[in-house]
Amino acid sequence: MSQEYTLTELMVVAAARELEDGKGILVGTGMPLAAALLAKRTHTPDLLLVFEAGAVGPIKMPRLPISVGETITCHRAVQASSMDDVMGAAARGMIEYGFLGGAQIDMYGNLNTTVIGDYNAPKARFPGSGGANDIGSLCRKTIVIMKHEKHRFVPKNDFITTPGYLDGPGGRERAGLPEGGPYKVVSTLGVMGFDPDSKRMRIDKTYPTSTIELIKESTGFELLLADKVTQVKPPTKKELTILRTKVDPLGHIAGLKSKK
Amino acid sequence: MTGEMVFPSEGIEKNVCPTTPDEMREWFAKNKTVRLVDKRMSVKDAVSKFVKDGDYLGLGCFGHIRVGMAPLYEIVRQGRRDLRVAGHTAVHDLDILLAGGCVSHVDVAYSFGHELRPIRTKVASRLIKAGKLKTTECSNASFSYRYKAAANGISFMPIRMTLGTDTFLHSPFKVVICPFTGKKYCAVPALYPDVAIIHVHKADMYGNCQIEGITVADWDLARAAKRLIISTEEIVDEKVIRKMPHLTTIPYYTVDAVCEVRYGSHPCEMPYRYWFDEPHIKEYLEAAQTEQGTEAYVKKYVLGTKDFSDYLHMVGGEKRMRELEDIEDLKKVAENPWAGAKGGD
Repeated sequence: MSQEYTLTELMVVAAARELEDGKGILVGTGMPLAAALLAKRTHTPDLLLVFEAGAVGPIKMPRLPISVGETITCHRAVQASSMDDVMGAAARGMIEYGFLGGAQIDMYGNLNTTVIGDYNAPKARFPGSGGANDIGSLCRKTIVIMKHEKHRFVPKNDFITTPGYLDGPGGRERAGLPEGGPYKVVSTLGVMGFDPDSKRMRIDKTYPTSTIELIKESTGFELLLADKVTQVKPPTKKELTILRTKVDPLGHIAGLKSKK
Repeated sequence: MTGEMVFPSEGIEKNVCPTTPDEMREWFAKNKTVRLVDKRMSVKDAVSKFVKDGDYLGLGCFGHIRVGMAPLYEIVRQGRRDLRVAGHTAVHDLDILLAGGCVSHVDVAYSFGHELRPIRTKVASRLIKAGKLKTTECSNASFSYRYKAAANGISFMPIRMTLGTDTFLHSPFKVVICPFTGKKYCAVPALYPDVAIIHVHKADMYGNCQIEGITVADWDLARAAKRLIISTEEIVDEKVIRKMPHLTTIPYYTVDAVCEVRYGSHPCEMPYRYWFDEPHIKEYLEAAQTEQGTEAYVKKYVLGTKDFSDYLHMVGGEKRMRELEDIEDLKKVAENPWAGAKGGD
């Protein structure tokens, strides 16, 4: 890759471009928020940002927060509210997008952020659902940002923390969940989508640095292909300038991990 | 694989709080008063009076935002054991109790992490491995609705989350059918914590509390808790509350103790007052990588200090607090001690 931009920046830009204007979005800290703020400063000025802890409608945060409950999430917001209020808006169908992350994902977009290994004797214990299950249950379209590695894109999660399409078409409905589910997976290798009929993950877009073969090799289950797999265009100068000087002036996402 | 999964109709965990609403009506009527009583007391007295071994604890706000650190340190100092904690975005608050050896059960929505910080605490992992800590699962908002049921005097709430997942399987939740629409819901049982600890900006001597910024689940938690300890940045005259009653989140008749603790959320953030003490949180997380480090941290900052003002003095006193106020006020650039930090995963 030409070193004019980092992989993190490419992923943030790729995620931002997936967002449409005039929608609500439940965001976490780190890369998801950077993507939402970048989108808000470029092509989606009317994106409504909400945070699970209660911030509603902030604009132009002077820096990225460490926590989804930090005061800066309320910077020039319209309301400092509560979790049930925000999740109620999502349950009522007002929140189109939700950003998620995970240690494992399967072909139906179900996510694991709880344990690796056996629940009672875990090899690794992670923080659990947090708001992720709420977001995955209630938002119309969830966007997952995660590292693309074979041991993360698995045939079967060790634990399903957050619902994707569960076991495929009709799974969510059978379980009692509202319509919705995974929309995109922005990984370190490309942008995956989901086949509308089989609800299975497919390759939508590669990066300038990746190929369909590389993505397939790095995935522990069979990936479908979009009718036309395209390539994500490199970040523009404008996107990079906004990202570096306005969205993340302190360079937090370079040094900190993303969550949700 | 399509249609292969069998979705359980109930979780495998027991509801640890099976009290009926009628029993709770009796309890509240007997143990709470609507009389205006002066509830000011020291943190030491509040903890010794209201927190018992084996209690279920609900912690206010958001784990490392507006948390009552003084009562938490005091719980460690007084050596409470076998506590069960609601991990409703439990962050630094829960970790200090775990580090102090006070907790045997966590109902996890979000626990054992410090959000975006790149170093992960290892305290809980060590305890789980040693068989000293048991967990159940749920989502953040399910706690909000469990408290809401309790606050409204009913025994459950129907929600649309967690269905079909292992989070549900490892919870005490059950599937119910709406009698009006036939829709499936997840029923979450009312949760009445034995004790809740909530830190606020302002309270009067009776316990009327006003909070600035997000409230998360505090409205419902305050009303759901059997006993409620308030720590407050300042105690104000009752007139201040009565002049702006629309700003009151927690009314006095839910409150059992009012403790004045300036900077009481340190090293965590207090909205519109002071920011995280990031270098201090980093010091904790580095210590938390090993058992010895954790013990040394607790010994130095918690057991080795007699009260919260003693602790504040040790972490830099007024001068340091002014710096954190300036960061919160955006007058000073936020500190970022994490560049190049390694640890956890």
